[in-house]
Amino acid sequence: MKRTAMNHSSRRMAALGMAAALLVGLTACGGTAPTSTGGAGSTQAGTAGSAEAAGEQSYHLTNVSYDPTRELYAAYNEAFAAHYLAETGNTVEITQSHGGSGGQARSVVEGADADVVTLALAHDITLVEEAGLIQPGWLSEFERDSSPYTSTIVFLVRGGNPKNIHDWDDLTRDDVDVIHPDPKSSGAAMWNFLAAYHYADEKFAGDDAKIKEFLTKLYSRVLVMDSGARGATTTFVENGQGDVLVSWENEAIATVASYPDQYEIVSPSISILAQPSVAIVDGNADKNGTQQVAHDYLAYLYSEEGQQIIGQYGYRPSDDKVLAQYADKFDLNMKLCNINDFGGWDEAYKVYFSDGGVFDEIYLR
Amino acid sequence: MKSISDNRQMEEMREKSGRGRGNKRLIPGFGLTMGITLAMLSILILIPLASVLIYAFRMPPAEFIEILTSESVRWALFVSVSTSFVAALINVVFGLILAWVLVRYEFPGKRILDGLVELPFAIPTAVAGITLSRLYSDQGLFGRALGHLGLRVSYTHLGIIVALTFIGIPFVVRTVQPVLEQLDPFFEEASSMLGAAPHTTFLRVVLPELTPALLTGFGLAFARGIGEYGSVIYISGNSARDHTQVASYVIMQRLNYMDYSGATAVALVMLVLSFLLLFSLNLIQLKQHRRTGDA
Repeated sequence: MKRTAMNHSSRRMAALGMAAALLVGLTACGGTAPTSTGGAGSTQAGTAGSAEAAGEQSYHLTNVSYDPTRELYAAYNEAFAAHYLAETGNTVEITQSHGGSGGQARSVVEGADADVVTLALAHDITLVEEAGLIQPGWLSEFERDSSPYTSTIVFLVRGGNPKNIHDWDDLTRDDVDVIHPDPKSSGAAMWNFLAAYHYADEKFAGDDAKIKEFLTKLYSRVLVMDSGARGATTTFVENGQGDVLVSWENEAIATVASYPDQYEIVSPSISILAQPSVAIVDGNADKNGTQQVAHDYLAYLYSEEGQQIIGQYGYRPSDDKVLAQYADKFDLNMKLCNINDFGGWDEAYKVYFSDGGVFDEIYLR
Repeated sequence: MKSISDNRQMEEMREKSGRGRGNKRLIPGFGLTMGITLAMLSILILIPLASVLIYAFRMPPAEFIEILTSESVRWALFVSVSTSFVAALINVVFGLILAWVLVRYEFPGKRILDGLVELPFAIPTAVAGITLSRLYSDQGLFGRALGHLGLRVSYTHLGIIVALTFIGIPFVVRTVQPVLEQLDPFFEEASSMLGAAPHTTFLRVVLPELTPALLTGFGLAFARGIGEYGSVIYISGNSARDHTQVASYVIMQRLNYMDYSGATAVALVMLVLSFLLLFSLNLIQLKQHRRTGDA
């Protein structure tokens, strides 16, 4: 009898415990979600911590960015926090978030509390704008189409360039295996595709049939299509697949820096000026009271210090004077087209990458 | 016959233990636990799944059909189902052997081996995917050896099957193991004493006892395989032309461009497939249960 009584009460305790756990879980979820200025959450960098005692304000910013900028923003956030403290006496703490550009844009649309977005292409920011979170006109809010840094598309080949790869033509050769992410899921891959398209366009003087034939040939050489730029780099570098990786210039520079003798960068004669864009997410910044600090954060990317950090991390500074200082790092003789040659992102996306668009046509035929 | 006497026995037992209508008294906190159960099921499973349905049905039927009949989607669904099926079959065979070894033999390191079986549950699937793709690529440890036999594994359908086998193995082992533990070795002894050859004993005595568990394990591994994303995308190569895209990859592709309707349409098909799969497995089990019950 005693035992059953024990059982009874212990069971009841267990049930109550579960219920309590559930409640705690629920309230915890409800409680943490709306905080954004409190400084909770996972911060990766940029704390200027203890100066808070001065009675000045402390801000918290969330920067939602794309994959390869992780290292760049880790360095920049620290520099900006120090600059901001010196200038205004306020502290700012910045949380970074990285992932595939399209997916990151989606997370903001679906409610991630980003104060600023710094994504791989303007089209992804347009998606956030269409959700009503960014006011129209963001593209001219900062200098140079709101692109504080640019990059381009280059080839990464194995040390000594054993397959003798120099230009887009070589990527159509039967003895060359190409690693290239999937344009239907990766922002970088869209830039890759447009760069190749532009090359073919120049080469065949706009002959549509020949351009498509060239691209069909090129994409038939693609061995592995990863879902994103980082995955493609892993496939090429870690898994040793393929002879050439079509890659962001900044990713290629970083890879060569880590494995100096094993890889080389080859600049094709023609490529595309990739303009990653930045914008304040007005809807969130207004709510969080961070509109001004978010603006300062993005504007400081254009400062001398910001531009220097950008150059150091393999992105092309938008300031011509700073860019000139890094002339040995970038091939400045490449002929670069830009997205306006394709009628802007909305148009380019519709024509080339939507279902049944040019990419589907050349790839699936 | 047997079932009738079974029922009578059950009734007697119920009366003895005071069950029957008295349920509430003997299972304390029925209201509370049932409440929690319903709440959890609704919050975590029913409402999210229902929202997929609602979202899908808001789409114009023509658009829905267009998405599902597009070549890449049809292939992705086919690849997901077929590779998961093969992986689940492999798991049934090797999962049974694994469970058998773990239950029937004593050897040093048994506990560790037993624990290892569960690792695929614990490891982040992306880590598993990247590791497998490396090992099975033509530069990797296994891939190089298999390459000599003319087999490419990473970035082919074989690679997908490898990844799905990896994530599915615990389902079979963990469903078969407890049944095997309960299975009295005396049955086998009796069978061989009555003159049955070892394989007859296995096929006619052991296997029928294990079939329900094997089916459950198969179904779980199969269903999990159809929905798997993380471990597969790194090893599959995701080529629309070589048909190495799986359905969950196509969903992510579409989500990345905020094509919610496209993603939902594919998700709905997967939902229906998984439901049908688990439903038919339950049906088979029910039938079998009846048959063995009557025998």
